Amino acid sequence: MKYGRLILGVLLVCIMAGAAFASEDVIRIGVYLPLTGQMAFGGQLELDGVKMAHEAVPEVLGKKVELIVIDNKSDKVEAANAMQRLIEKEKVHAVIGTYGSSLAMAGGEISEKAGIPVMGTSCTNPLVTQGKKYYFRACFIDPFQGAAAAQYVFDNGSKKAAMLLDVASDYCVGLGKFFEDQFKKLGGELVTTLNYQSGDQDFTAQLTEIISKNPDVLFIPSYFAEGAIIIKQAKELGAKFMIMGGDAMDNPEMVKIGGEAIEGFAFTTFPYDPSMPEMSELQAQFTEAWKAKYPDKDSNANSALGYDSYMLVIDAMKRAGSADPEAVTKALAETKDFPGVTGSTTMNATHDAEKPVGIKKIEGGKQVFVGTVMPNL
Amino acid sequence: MSLAMFVQHFFNALTLGSLYSLIAIGYTMVYGILRLINFAHGDIFMLGAYFVFFGTIAFKLPWLPAVLLAVAASSFAGILVDRIAYRPLRDAPRISALISSIGVSFFIQNLAIVLFTGIPRPVQQPKILTGIMQFGAVRILPLTLVVPTISFVLVLGLLWIVNKTKPGLAMRAISKDIETTRLMGVSVDKIIALTFGLGSALAAASGIMWALRYPQVHPLMGSFPGFKAFIAAVLGGIGSIQGAMVGGLLLGFIEIMIVAFLPALSGYKDAFAFVLLIIILLVKPTGLMGEKLEEKV
Repeated sequence: MKYGRLILGVLLVCIMAGAAFASEDVIRIGVYLPLTGQMAFGGQLELDGVKMAHEAVPEVLGKKVELIVIDNKSDKVEAANAMQRLIEKEKVHAVIGTYGSSLAMAGGEISEKAGIPVMGTSCTNPLVTQGKKYYFRACFIDPFQGAAAAQYVFDNGSKKAAMLLDVASDYCVGLGKFFEDQFKKLGGELVTTLNYQSGDQDFTAQLTEIISKNPDVLFIPSYFAEGAIIIKQAKELGAKFMIMGGDAMDNPEMVKIGGEAIEGFAFTTFPYDPSMPEMSELQAQFTEAWKAKYPDKDSNANSALGYDSYMLVIDAMKRAGSADPEAVTKALAETKDFPGVTGSTTMNATHDAEKPVGIKKIEGGKQVFVGTVMPNL
Repeated sequence: MSLAMFVQHFFNALTLGSLYSLIAIGYTMVYGILRLINFAHGDIFMLGAYFVFFGTIAFKLPWLPAVLLAVAASSFAGILVDRIAYRPLRDAPRISALISSIGVSFFIQNLAIVLFTGIPRPVQQPKILTGIMQFGAVRILPLTLVVPTISFVLVLGLLWIVNKTKPGLAMRAISKDIETTRLMGVSVDKIIALTFGLGSALAAASGIMWALRYPQVHPLMGSFPGFKAFIAAVLGGIGSIQGAMVGGLLLGFIEIMIVAFLPALSGYKDAFAFVLLIIILLVKPTGLMGEKLEEKV
């Protein structure tokens, strides 16, 4: 009996040591993204981008890179669980993700305690990286994006704005506030702000109220599952004003759900799109490679951000000379002028990538890249 | 608030309320007969919408056959759920079947995520339903008139089945005393399967209407409307078919009018619905039109 336990103990130690040795041969990068639920579309495009980058650069520091993908189901609790599992069970060296600021905030609490570096793909709310040592992102932040949206509509003749916000989404509330600040600063008037909750499908009451206030523009920083329906219902109720959205609606499916109603809808996004008139060499390469790999799926800014996020992590590992989380974190913070598909990336003091804001518009049933905006903050 | 705006709100509320009614009717019917709150109802609702999506987009069927096929397929799914998840628990305490229905609900949702992926898909609307009728400043969708009519016809049809036909008589007997009904020579399992078939057909019909109004389908689309319909059913008196109709309309009106009159509270629209549920359960547990439950000694 005594020996039995001893043998069992020795065996266990061997197994654990074996596992530890095995994990030294590869570099494990965790990916947590919303692959199901309301944010699935963006999450899946980002995953495709990450996978494409992984195929392009499957090795770093002479070791193979292994991707461990976990679905965070567009849910805050699941996002925290996914991060926990990646760190504790899968023992990852670094994490990529996620689409959705609320999800990134939930996951960020876990990674911060564990001391594992995370590269956010398109989580644009400032709070995601605020006060965090280990959370970075490959995208710009909402104050910048909201200001750009306000600048764009104001420059195009809108003086009275209304907003319809999802009160359950940190991203949506934040972006709305930054839009409001800049729009008022420019001399515009905010006539009304109404709310809804994620998952709602009926916005007729709010829209009837907004239409009665007769604004020039309606700002809806929603996710696309709700955004397309809002625009459709607004048009059904006879809305004539312009509708402006954020990067979460940069999605080819918008047109399919919204149909003709969505014509003329404009939104801010990251400075990459396959329809861009002028592309850098890297952007052209990415667009070609994407077409070859996914012939029946359009790429967008999210796929490009997924790609860039992976490349940023690999670049940091190269500069750090190891996959040690502390060393990678230090290298990530020092990222300067890294050439990416969504423009050159420099990490600022709050771990955000500083990039111009792209504006896209739906014209003739297609997304058209209008140009970039640098707001006067 | 101008009159035109109020009328617009009224029709918005009518559309939403009658959709809730339609879902609530199926909920309440199954409850009325089996005393089982079938939480999988919202998921059969989702299946119905998906079947129409596949019928019209993948198989390019015309609308009417696609809808009929979807209703039949969902009805079959409902009977299958009963056979697998509820029938073995027929003699177990009621709470077991309730828990089983929650399990079925999660199972169907996750199965749908695996089979159909989690991405919301667009639903195509038939041409006749997209034209907007305009009366002055008020704009009404054809669905606003179609959905309440369908709900009303279905309520009449159901009342006729339950009150005037032989299977209906058996259903009512089962709701009073399942053992005695069995002793009277009624094939209880067949009647219960029929009940689920009917309930699921209603769920599918409402799922299709929902997808026409809010033109996208996704695997979790049934859960929230399901909860709302449950509130509507309790509000009207769970078990009462007329009550479900009234409860659904009332819930739709409350939700829309809260936003209309108190725009600042628009983010708490759903909270009001649930607060309403709690108040009803505290003050009048039998709902507006529910019958009193007699304690059996």
